[in-house]
Amino acid sequence: MRRRAREISIVTGQKGARRIPRPVRWSLIAATAALSGCHLAVLSPAGPVAAGDRIILLDSAAIMLVIGIPTIVATVAFAWWFRASNARARYLPSFAYSGRLELIVWSIPALVVFFLGGIAWISAHTLDPAQPLESSVRPLELDVVSLDWKWLFIYPEQSVASVNRLVVPAGVPLHLRVTSASVFNVFFVPQLGSEIYSMYGMATQLNLQADHPGVYFGLSAQFSGDGFPGMSFNVDALPPVQFDQWVAATRAAGSALNGASYQKLLEQSANVRPYTYREVQPGLFDAIVRQKLPPGHGPGPLTATGEPARSDR
Amino acid sequence: MWGKLSLQAIPLDQPIPLVSGAAVIVALGALLIWITVKGYVPYLWREWITSVDHKRIGIMYFVLGLVMLLRGFIDALMMRSQQALAFHAAGYLPPEHYDQIFSAHGTIMIFFVAMPLVIGLMNFVVPLQLGVRDVAFPTLNSVGLWLTAAGALLVNVSLVVGEFARVGWLPFPPLSELTYSPGVGVDYYLWSLQISGIGTLMTGINMVTTILKMRAPGMSYMRMPIFCWTSLASSLLIVAAFPILTATLAMLLLDRYADFHFFTNAAGGNPMMFMNLIWAWGHPEVYILILPAFGVFSEVVATFSGKSLFGRRSMIIATMAICILSFSVWLHHFFTMGAGGDVNGFFGIASMIIAVPTGVKIFNWLFTMYGGRIRFDSAMLWAVGFMVTFVIGGMTGVLLASPAADFMLHNSLFLVAHFHNTIIGGVVFGVFAGYTYWFPKAFGFRLNEALGKAAFWCWLVGFYVAFMPLYVLGLEGMTRRMQHYDRPEWHPWVLVAGVGALIILGGIVLQIAQLVSSIRNRERLREPTGDPWNARTLEWATASPPPAFNFAVLPTVTSEEPYWDSKSRAREAGRWVSEEPRYQPIEMPRNSATGFVTAFFAVVTGFSLIWHIWWLVIVGLVGAYVTFVFFAWRDIAETEISAEEVARLDRANREARAAAFAPQALP
Repeated sequence: MRRRAREISIVTGQKGARRIPRPVRWSLIAATAALSGCHLAVLSPAGPVAAGDRIILLDSAAIMLVIGIPTIVATVAFAWWFRASNARARYLPSFAYSGRLELIVWSIPALVVFFLGGIAWISAHTLDPAQPLESSVRPLELDVVSLDWKWLFIYPEQSVASVNRLVVPAGVPLHLRVTSASVFNVFFVPQLGSEIYSMYGMATQLNLQADHPGVYFGLSAQFSGDGFPGMSFNVDALPPVQFDQWVAATRAAGSALNGASYQKLLEQSANVRPYTYREVQPGLFDAIVRQKLPPGHGPGPLTATGEPARSDR
Repeated sequence: MWGKLSLQAIPLDQPIPLVSGAAVIVALGALLIWITVKGYVPYLWREWITSVDHKRIGIMYFVLGLVMLLRGFIDALMMRSQQALAFHAAGYLPPEHYDQIFSAHGTIMIFFVAMPLVIGLMNFVVPLQLGVRDVAFPTLNSVGLWLTAAGALLVNVSLVVGEFARVGWLPFPPLSELTYSPGVGVDYYLWSLQISGIGTLMTGINMVTTILKMRAPGMSYMRMPIFCWTSLASSLLIVAAFPILTATLAMLLLDRYADFHFFTNAAGGNPMMFMNLIWAWGHPEVYILILPAFGVFSEVVATFSGKSLFGRRSMIIATMAICILSFSVWLHHFFTMGAGGDVNGFFGIASMIIAVPTGVKIFNWLFTMYGGRIRFDSAMLWAVGFMVTFVIGGMTGVLLASPAADFMLHNSLFLVAHFHNTIIGGVVFGVFAGYTYWFPKAFGFRLNEALGKAAFWCWLVGFYVAFMPLYVLGLEGMTRRMQHYDRPEWHPWVLVAGVGALIILGGIVLQIAQLVSSIRNRERLREPTGDPWNARTLEWATASPPPAFNFAVLPTVTSEEPYWDSKSRAREAGRWVSEEPRYQPIEMPRNSATGFVTAFFAVVTGFSLIWHIWWLVIVGLVGAYVTFVFFAWRDIAETEISAEEVARLDRANREARAAAFAPQALP
């Protein structure tokens, strides 16, 4: 546990993390362990980004609990001790101002926020989703497109694509460009780390990595319409050799993703079972982002000109 | 003739909305018939519907909020039960219905529950605390109330005629654009909020003017009660933020109705701009709700601790700091849109800074209790329950303000738990504290304490059982608005949360029982003095319920707690009732049907806009304009209450006070 914590602080470049009193940190980790019986995906990182996010989460929580818990205890204690029926409690009706207390009252939250703000500022930069991961391995390029209501994962270098299942090599950094072919969605794999919005006409960037082989669940974290709950998918992190085998197998079967099959993909469908495309028309992702390809047309039928109907009223 | 409206708009194939809608219509119809048969209509019309008395309007706002709370809470129960059943299953609500439920739940709870409750309290209390006779613009106040009610009515009409929005409580484009939401649901949402938003803006303008221009003689800003300060801050935020909402929704309406491209996917629209604009309103909005609640707690904690509020000046500075800072944090609602480290870092820190004045407030309440003689009436229980609960909600809020942590928790159930923690633990508890505290002032008798306390404990325990599991679910990666799911580790926590919702239901049932029982036993709970809590601010200096003119003679204020000080002086002098003043006749604004009639036409206009019935739109708009002209050309704006009548009412209160206090020394 401790080793991991050190690794993480290297990842985040987070010096502040070390200043937390050790007992607090250990009790937090203990609490985490206790809760991990219930699969806290967000706190069970499988890669450096999730680990970095988690340490910021835990550190910030620990720092706040240092004043939060005493405040709660004091609230209950004061309320109890100064109850009207307690004859032993002193009644101080004129105690309504104390410059010294006011100073403390303002400085405690200010100092905590100063401290937390520092952590927030640094980690907002080191853990920025667009920030490339440090690694000796060349990252795998991935283009992610959210559609109504499924995910399309394009492997531009391998020229294959997969729907609703993301297969990646373990231990290799992933560089994702994320866009939407219709409404907003959020790409989220809790155990791998940060969320990112998918938006039509824009490509957001996200860097992730799965350290070890395994299956990690992913989902959309932004409501996108009636088929939204069916937008869950699995990330299969395979050893690199097996990943290459998967690419080879994918190339050998299935249909090709081109203009025509993309139009089919644009139509609304929910709870789509995973399948793959053996080939992807080059530049498809850029055509979507640059709005060369029209956005999804929603529930309405297409008009004769191929444009989405404005309304089915 | 009827635009898009046809019989198909009535969801005959969906039994749940149809049956519940029919039940509501039958119940409303029965109520109307009962009122008519009993002959209450003239009374209601004269004393309530056309009333421009700020107290009556405040009470009506509050009733609206409570009724809509039941509607919003039924939505909550449906969501909880759907999720409890929808593990590896479809549940009983199909997506197109479930999506309406959570959209309606959020919309109703924020716009038609929290806002009316908070505005109701402000309306009732602020003029009394300021020691004045009414708000600055009494008829405008009535218009604001009825426009809010018009919006609420339209939302409920969507239950049986057509559908409600299926896009969430904020209609994010492109999903809310015509391409992806071609039905009338989003239009119901937009027109309801446009109409009620105008009403809210009117109230904001009214409150700001009242507080800045109409205080009792001698009441300088620093002598204003804290509730007035927080109401001022909240109303300033309404004035500054609600026009942003109106403009944003207007742009979306143009997109949907007139083929504009503000936020569309196609033709250069920019949906991200909608996110910025809506949250530029949306974040101040949460402070619009919470600041008056902070004000309630300041009054309640001081009164029931038997002490002046600790750190008054700090409290005022903190309130105004929150008021200003609340406009600098909106981006934390979409850290995950890829804005980059500098932007995210800036807004993260800005969001955290708000925790400083908020923390100061908590500490000030804490030190108000210190050295106090605390009476645990149920209003005080709500306050202590709030302090404990809100600290947790505040901490999770600061956690979410850290961009890197938010990258993992954005839109998760952790976030849902956080904002319910602050809205229920803060706003709702505050509103209930205020309800218990000011109820005797409004009606002249107290609420049943035993049932009130039982309701409090149900709410408190229910809140924790319902929302702590949501924090865990957020950490398990569960996102909001899932109509079904298949992660086995989520299911037990979802079930626990459902139990919590049922405990809260118990609290609501107890509150209804409390109200009914208190009204039936009102003679026993009668409170003749007007000061049931031995309180400190001016509203307690007049009778309960206060006469229409509030104060027979406007009080002269010489200190921060004028009423408390006058009681102290009276105690020292050993003479409870001061010398009788010379009574003068009082001019009060005349009742006006303007608000009700305007709102009627607003409903007509909104409904016909939703269904594209263009001729009816014109009828509605002309009708509203004619109403306005009619009001503007009125001959007599005020009525006079004679000096004898003023004297009669005031003497009655003085006698009651003398009788209640004479035999015993003041505490």
